[in-house]
Amino acid sequence: MSASPNTRPAGHKPPFWRDRAKRALIFQLLLVAAVAAFLLYIVGNVQDNLSSRGITTGFGFLSNTAGFGIVQSLIDYSSQSTYGRTFFVGLLNTLLVGGLGVLAATIIGFTVGIARLSPNWLLARLATAYIETFRNIPLLLQIFFWYFAVLRTLPSARESMAFGEAIFLNVRGLYLPQPLFESGFGLIPVTFLIAIIASIALVIWNKRRHEATGKRLPAYWISFVVIFGLPLLVLVATGVPVTWEMPELRGFNFRGGITVIPEFLALWLALSIYTASFIAEIVRSGIQAISHGQTEAAQALSLPRNLVLRLVVIPQALRVIIPPLTSQYLNLIKNSSLATAIGYPDLVSVFAGTTLNQTGQAIEVIAMTMAVYLTISLLVSMFMNWFNARVALVER
Amino acid sequence: MIHNQTIIKERPAPSSSVGAVAWLRANLFNGPINTIFTLIGLYVLYFLVVPTVQWAFLNADWIGTTRDDCSREGACWVFINARFTQFIYGLYPREEIWRANIVFAGFFTLIAWLAIPRLPFKRWVAVFALVGFPIVAYVLLHGGYFDLPRVSTHRWGGLMLTLLLATVGMVGALPIGIVLALGRRSDMPIVKSFCVVFIEFWRGVPLITVLFMASVMLPLFLPSEMNVDRLVRALIGLTLFQSAYMAEVIRGGLQAIPKGQEEAAAALGMTYWKRMGLIVLPQALKMMIPGIVNTFISLFKDTTLVMIIGLFDLLGIVQAALADSRWLGFSLEGYVFAAFMFWIFCFSMSRYSQYLERKLHTGHKR
Repeated sequence: MSASPNTRPAGHKPPFWRDRAKRALIFQLLLVAAVAAFLLYIVGNVQDNLSSRGITTGFGFLSNTAGFGIVQSLIDYSSQSTYGRTFFVGLLNTLLVGGLGVLAATIIGFTVGIARLSPNWLLARLATAYIETFRNIPLLLQIFFWYFAVLRTLPSARESMAFGEAIFLNVRGLYLPQPLFESGFGLIPVTFLIAIIASIALVIWNKRRHEATGKRLPAYWISFVVIFGLPLLVLVATGVPVTWEMPELRGFNFRGGITVIPEFLALWLALSIYTASFIAEIVRSGIQAISHGQTEAAQALSLPRNLVLRLVVIPQALRVIIPPLTSQYLNLIKNSSLATAIGYPDLVSVFAGTTLNQTGQAIEVIAMTMAVYLTISLLVSMFMNWFNARVALVER
Repeated sequence: MIHNQTIIKERPAPSSSVGAVAWLRANLFNGPINTIFTLIGLYVLYFLVVPTVQWAFLNADWIGTTRDDCSREGACWVFINARFTQFIYGLYPREEIWRANIVFAGFFTLIAWLAIPRLPFKRWVAVFALVGFPIVAYVLLHGGYFDLPRVSTHRWGGLMLTLLLATVGMVGALPIGIVLALGRRSDMPIVKSFCVVFIEFWRGVPLITVLFMASVMLPLFLPSEMNVDRLVRALIGLTLFQSAYMAEVIRGGLQAIPKGQEEAAAALGMTYWKRMGLIVLPQALKMMIPGIVNTFISLFKDTTLVMIIGLFDLLGIVQAALADSRWLGFSLEGYVFAAFMFWIFCFSMSRYSQYLERKLHTGHKR
């Protein structure tokens, strides 16, 4: 056997390209060189182009006066504010529509997803129709539909649709009564906070007692009553220190109250309805992923129906539901950038739109905008990794 | 001993346990809560369906050429009729539409051929669809060769542009996605981190900023004498964006292949590319098809965003037609038409992907 032609004499080394480790090293060095060359090429071109167009790079433009108005702003803003401030106005508007969209999409999505599994034939079919309709139509089209075909065709301010003389809907938006807090109202959030802390303590104590003695209180019901009842009690005791400012028709428009601009309404409706159709599917598949044996085993232990759901089905279903659910939330926040198509002043519309057009600082502006979205998705994926590690099945 | 006369004859089941009544009882009216739900559902259905049918069919106007042919009691589909050619082909010259029609016919024939399992020569058809057909389609649509007059890309639009953006984005993203997915699973640290950063970057930003970047920043990245067509810029943005999503789908497929497959191939002395190309990828690609179809559906819907950078895809051309002063006030008809077109495509694709999933997973299902 020693005469085999493949046997090499001792001490002879194979050529370096046959060595896996060296080959990998060379390949990676080549890759780094190629990427670096590509980046240098781009940077060179950018410098040439910018100097020929007379644009100076840098973030100095952020402290210049913006000079344009923004229709909705959560912080003080006027056309005298700086470009830097337009960034924060846009960012906050993005977070506002994203946050409220996540809330509404979750509520609609869970309702529809559970309805789809209902034993009621009609309800299940209606839920299926909802899902199949809305998730197969592009989001931008839905935004246009709500904005141009629904909200823009509403009657004028004088012929507003009124809901109980407090809420008005017209082509200029939705008008809601605004609560005005008087002195002494500060007590209520404080009570609310105390009630939450007390409830958490109660739940923990109840769990310990349950493990030790087997006795338990309906802790969730008690905390529910405490969290909502206690602030209500304080509210009544302090003589309801809230007055409502009603929107009123003066001339051609409404004054007072909270104004919700139609751009926000259209974007929020479309985002919630569209994302809810995906969430509904996630919820359905999450619940269906729990094998029937689990429910049957729990029933065999004669657990009542609500405990079967709360202790067996929901914890296991959440493990399946939460990862795709968070990625849908992320999609919703990224999709809120479509605001620019109807003029809702979000980050992309205000900052990567108007500010970019006025200053011409394309690279800085786009980089800042992308950095915001990247940060959000990085934070969410960090949460996801933490969550997955926490709920992962412990396997041998 | 059995006395025949004592045996009770077979009787039909009571009417309450078979037939329509029983079905209604079992599915709609079992218990008070379900009855309430059913009544609410019926009310919602009545509230939605009756006005919709009246608007879209009973009171609608179908025939005519101008605005005056609309009675305005229901939908006026005359608007869609009058604009139909534009919605499908954009501003493509009327006398050259036959070229677009050939491409459409070829496109749908190829898709059908690849989608219907019974038809033969799948491999060759696929190779032609990926290599030959794009060249043929480009020559036909763009012209400039074989005495075909040139049609500049800014005249392309409508459904044709939507399909073009989605397919080119998809076909371009597939090879990049495969390379990225293999790179992300590689044990070379630098390759792996490059791929991870690339994928996570594109997945982390909204498509609209990618398109802004492609339309505003790409000209800055290239030498000033190089002028890239607007459509090409949008395609580059879409392809890069899509490739990151594709890479994740492919990675999922690769993970589903047991490690033993690759180890067995390595034991036979196969090189990396042979192991991947002959053993792992062919098995993984089959498992990935439903995921690929799903990303294609979302890309198809996302192509509507190109209207924001000034291309006239199906939604863009509908939106432009709505601003026509001769046809003001028909936005509902326009959006319903566009929604219907998109819905038909997306719904049939999602059904196809579900069918494939059932077909490919027969072995695992209990």
